[in-house]
Amino acid sequence: MNKIAQIFQSLDYGPAPEGPEQANAWLDSHSRKFGHFIDGVWTKPGKTFSSDNPANGESLAQISDGTAEDVNAAVKAARAAFKPWSALSGYERGKYLYAIARAIQKHSRLFAVLETMDNGKPIRESRDVDIPLVARHFYHHAGWAQHLAREFPDAVPYGVCGQIIPWNFPLLMLAWKIAPALAAGNTVVLKPAEFTSLTALLFAEICERVGLPRGVVNIVTGEGDTGAAIVNHPDIDKIAFTGSTEVGKIIRAATAGTGKGLSLELGGKSPYLVFEDADIDSAIEGLVDAIWFNQGQVCCAGSRLLVQESIEERFITKLKTRMASLRVGDPLDKSIDIGALVAPVQVERIRDLMKKGVAEGAEVYEPDGQLPARGCFLKPALVTKVSPANTLVAEEVFGPVLVAMSFRTPEEAVALANNTKYGLAATIWSENINLALDIAPKIKAGVVWINGTNNFDAAVGFGGYKESGFGREGGREGMSSYLKPAWEKDLKPAPVAKAVAAKPANPLDASHLDQTAKMYIGGKQARPDSGYSRPVLGPKGDLIGEVGDGNRKDIRNAVEAARAALGWSTTAAHSRAQILYFLAENLDYRRDEFAARIKAQTGEDGAKEVALSVERLFAFAGWADKYDGAVHNPPLRAVAAAMVEPLGVMGIVAPAALPLLGSVALIAPALAMGNTVVLVPSSQSPLSMTDLYQVMETSDVPAGVVNIVTGDSVALAKTLAEHDGVDALWFAGSADASTMVEKASITNLKQTWTSRGLNYDLSDRRFEGDYFLAKATQVKNVWIPYGA
Amino acid sequence: MNLRVVDNKATHTPHKRNPGYPLDLDWVERVRMNRSALERRAGSIGARRTVKKDYQLAWLLKAITLIDLTTLNSDDTEGRVERLCAKARHPLRQDILDRLDVGNLRILPGAVCVYHPFVKTAVNALEGTGIPVAAVSTAFPHGLAPIETKLKEIEYSVADGAKEIDIVIERGMVLRGDWQALYDQVKAFRKACGDAHIKTILGTGELATQTNIAKASLVCMLAGADFIKTSTGKEKVNANLVTSLTMIRMIRWFAEETGIEIGYKPAGGIAHTKDALNYMALMKEELGTHWLQPHLFRFGASSLLTDIERQLEHGLTGHYSADYRQPMV
Repeated sequence: MNKIAQIFQSLDYGPAPEGPEQANAWLDSHSRKFGHFIDGVWTKPGKTFSSDNPANGESLAQISDGTAEDVNAAVKAARAAFKPWSALSGYERGKYLYAIARAIQKHSRLFAVLETMDNGKPIRESRDVDIPLVARHFYHHAGWAQHLAREFPDAVPYGVCGQIIPWNFPLLMLAWKIAPALAAGNTVVLKPAEFTSLTALLFAEICERVGLPRGVVNIVTGEGDTGAAIVNHPDIDKIAFTGSTEVGKIIRAATAGTGKGLSLELGGKSPYLVFEDADIDSAIEGLVDAIWFNQGQVCCAGSRLLVQESIEERFITKLKTRMASLRVGDPLDKSIDIGALVAPVQVERIRDLMKKGVAEGAEVYEPDGQLPARGCFLKPALVTKVSPANTLVAEEVFGPVLVAMSFRTPEEAVALANNTKYGLAATIWSENINLALDIAPKIKAGVVWINGTNNFDAAVGFGGYKESGFGREGGREGMSSYLKPAWEKDLKPAPVAKAVAAKPANPLDASHLDQTAKMYIGGKQARPDSGYSRPVLGPKGDLIGEVGDGNRKDIRNAVEAARAALGWSTTAAHSRAQILYFLAENLDYRRDEFAARIKAQTGEDGAKEVALSVERLFAFAGWADKYDGAVHNPPLRAVAAAMVEPLGVMGIVAPAALPLLGSVALIAPALAMGNTVVLVPSSQSPLSMTDLYQVMETSDVPAGVVNIVTGDSVALAKTLAEHDGVDALWFAGSADASTMVEKASITNLKQTWTSRGLNYDLSDRRFEGDYFLAKATQVKNVWIPYGA
Repeated sequence: MNLRVVDNKATHTPHKRNPGYPLDLDWVERVRMNRSALERRAGSIGARRTVKKDYQLAWLLKAITLIDLTTLNSDDTEGRVERLCAKARHPLRQDILDRLDVGNLRILPGAVCVYHPFVKTAVNALEGTGIPVAAVSTAFPHGLAPIETKLKEIEYSVADGAKEIDIVIERGMVLRGDWQALYDQVKAFRKACGDAHIKTILGTGELATQTNIAKASLVCMLAGADFIKTSTGKEKVNANLVTSLTMIRMIRWFAEETGIEIGYKPAGGIAHTKDALNYMALMKEELGTHWLQPHLFRFGASSLLTDIERQLEHGLTGHYSADYRQPMV
């Protein structure tokens, strides 16, 4: 029988290869050896390493391993380019971004083929997903450049941005980093991942050809050391990193106290919830897009399947059937679903994790069949018989491995979904919009897809909660990650509070009778765990009262109470506003008493501070129901609802100065947005806030929403910073202590704001608005496709 | 290099005709179809699967065997139907067959599909070929005639030699959710068909939602349909991949529950080889290679054949052919 007759019977697909000729020609035109792209010119290749095609192990090109000098030269070029680049009108910068977008579209197939050869992802994905999204990102940000002045009126670019990107979406991650940075007026030094530098280098050539001013984009290739040189470079103003949580924490610690802007887009173990009323076949097909897209090497991969018990058996059976028709092989073949993993080391890592999971009791299903004889290929895998304790459930595998568990009720689904240190994305399948929209806000993740998965768009922010990082890419949130308030650069060091010496007196002799202020935890007055008190001295050193000397255990108790009170976040914004207004009203009613107390502690006129505090409470009461989200229109029949959500439990360590306003100015925005707070008031002058809890009690502030622990600010800040139950920490204090706080925050990558010894004058009305509101919230984008 | 993780399991159990089942309204109510997700899947099939070179030629030959060569126009005449049947006898130019060296394969369309008055004409014209004649029936395309008339129409066509009857459902029954009425009527049609196979045309372009299409598919299958078919070709919206996905997923579900394999026939507007290949890939992916056989899959089309011939000639010669060079359908 001839071949056609044979195929007529078998109806196999056969090979459908995309040609590599043009990509090879481009590599050849560079003699397959690359230097860095610095200050608009290509450097001579230095010490190099090979970039291999993971599908066949062949070397594609030699890539220079960037040295500290290379990074230095790149930063210098970026610094020199910053002034003229940021001085261009937004329209002018936008035109460059537009030109880049056009050029990428013009050479889209070259980019796609090169990406697939370098990374191993199926050509269908690089051609239909990665590259179109790259072009879209530059188009979208061309518009932002032009509208920047109007939309972000008091913002300025950071300056030089150091950007470090991963190998899973090499060009797309570059676009996510470079487009907003350039639109905002920054210049960049970008390091692609060592496995996948080629499309970044092709991109550099595009920059060259569209006439982008030299030094605006600098590409330095290299490995971890090159990245470290960027992170630690003193003349870089902002670091943006996408990669593992492990490295993200190292970067957080390395940048602590430097004042560098930081955005981290890290790992995930995203839940994929299927309720019994879902379109089951579509949910299964969604899983193909969730966990077998890009071989599962996707930070937001839906890698934890949670399926309702009532449909579990049928679902798993159908899923196995579906897995059997996935095609694994040559990524340049157009009919391939799963290509090559990026490098042998990744294949080994995944195999090791699987072994570990199996040793812990997991059962693995892989379809029958042969993998290609060589290259970094893995079969799609479904892991069952696991619980949250299994390594494969807890750890990010970053491969084509799906773990499956079941749930009984929506409540249990949410609990399981949130039972992870990560919080990047989540998927919900249900045909009941009531159920889906009930679950979406309850899942701690930056992106939620309803009845779909892995949707991305330049207009819709992307980024994580919890240890999946902070900062957003895309949309308005993404733009604001590359901008900062213009006034921040003019901040002067905070005046160092003079320590007043206590008058020699018996510490047991308090000047008034009843000044044993307690702490305030869970709506109750609490004695300090230590059993010690701290004296509170007046401006002349006279003992004016005592407060409890809080310690670790008081913080622990306060955090427990604050966590228990998180229902505050779902209290209607209107109700939160009413409570803040009521608090302001009651404070105002007792203004004379509070003014006198301020005067006693600081010697300053307290009336003004009380009035400002009342005003500030009013301001944020007013914001509670106004600082809200947006509805985006991505190019899909869907709405993407950008929901503004609180961070959770916030630790707030108030400045020494302004005993009342210093705390009120920080807790008011936190409370208005639905956070619960553990407050450490001014160490020096804590009595205004311990007085305030009585006002809170009469103002309907629910128990546990505000908890007050008095004591040594820095010691308590350290405990808060290290506490994994604290989601964010604001610290007003010295530069050294700020560094300590930022370093200590890495255990759960909590979001921090520190004053770094600078004089943030909280009485300034600039703090009545979105400066702290933005820092008290995170944006969750919920994708809601529709169609009858 | 074997690119597949899994080879197709070729299951060659003999085809068992749908015996029909009781109307299970609970099942009907369990149907969930998410349009956006269906669109995403259907929209990506052409990019996920493609066949090139010899594979494409073989697939296109297979596609010819899946065509219900159709003429359904108000001005049809015996002469027109005879010309169609002549084309059915020789769907490919002999020189193309020779050059492909596939003379030993039976490359004939799945059926010839006509209005009732031309059943006899077609049966005579196709004598000896084994190509069945299909008749559209039951007041095609609207279906709005008295039930007695419709049953009679089926009986007449069967008596004239039609081996397949393409009935139309009353779309209003679906829009009203009157599943019992739909079930009863299709069951009656099925009975009237006797040994002739029954294809139920849903008129998907007039059923408003994918969920309606899915439920109507299920009710027709429960009532004994051998095939479910999208369209008459007369609605404003004809067959498309999204609707097809909805219907073939119901076929899959029905097979999972009953073990009975129901055929699928998209009709209307399928004119290009790329369309045909996409439909075939969708069938192969969702239902398996096994379903790409004439007793389980048909295209309701006619101009498609000409486009396939042109594509085959292009595959052989490397240059593009013109439609007038292919004998007219």
